[in-house]
Amino acid sequence: MTLELFLLLGAALFAIGLYGALSQQSVVMLMMGLELMLGGLIVAAAAFWYFLAPASTDGQVLVIVLITVMALEMAVGFAVVTAIFRAREVDMTDMAADLKE
Amino acid sequence: MTTVLFWIFAVGAVVSGLLVFRLDSMARVTFALLASFLFVAAEVLLLGLGYLGVVIILMMVMEMVIMAVFMIMYMMNPAGLMPMSMVHNKAGSMSIAVATFAVLAAGIVLVDWPARAGQPPADPTAALGAALMGTQMLTMMTLGLAIFTTIITTVLLATARGRYDRFGDDLDAARADDPVPGGLGR
Repeated sequence: MTLELFLLLGAALFAIGLYGALSQQSVVMLMMGLELMLGGLIVAAAAFWYFLAPASTDGQVLVIVLITVMALEMAVGFAVVTAIFRAREVDMTDMAADLKE
Repeated sequence: MTTVLFWIFAVGAVVSGLLVFRLDSMARVTFALLASFLFVAAEVLLLGLGYLGVVIILMMVMEMVIMAVFMIMYMMNPAGLMPMSMVHNKAGSMSIAVATFAVLAAGIVLVDWPARAGQPPADPTAALGAALMGTQMLTMMTLGLAIFTTIITTVLLATARGRYDRFGDDLDAARADDPVPGGLGR
């Protein structure tokens, strides 16, 4: 176990999530991509804490912040999906970008 | 032993992460994402962060079950019986993702990381709690405020009928315009 391996794992998860967030048309799938990116960041933050500065708690606090961001992203994302679906009956980013007829 | 576990969890996290955008069924997609997060939590546990790892596991199980419900509510073809591709600009997204990974990996390999400073405390959870109630109190308060704001925002966004629908644009209606009138009829 080295810092580099953990960071490479985090980078891989981040890249997969980025691919999903850019390519998926469904808003819910797009949110899954964002969650994967945040998962990669969690791995990286925990690895930075353990391998670089275990004596301070800053790395752990960063993980707490990331977990909170994940939960809030999910909640706001679903609220936005609900709002667009109610207003326009769409669940895809391309349709949401169209002008209303 | 820990090295073997690291590789098992790492491969598991990446493979189930890839499956999220490969599978057809929305239920399977959700549980693939859950599996990816469970492997991430296992890596966090491997680093000695017992509390944070367990929090991630518990939170993700709940979150993904809720997500499965939303998937079935909103998405066309939730069961994946009719394979369809709902992607745009696949090649462009893939090349951006691969380029991002290449840049990050180059940075990870090339940067001269500093040496480890200090040793982990005997009880990292107690240290975290003391920090959150002490020097990191501002972080904790900001997180609390953000969560509270999110509660209000989500309710506002998701509600079908707000007070302007019920009391008019100037909020001056004597009675609320509700589909089912309540009250005692007085």
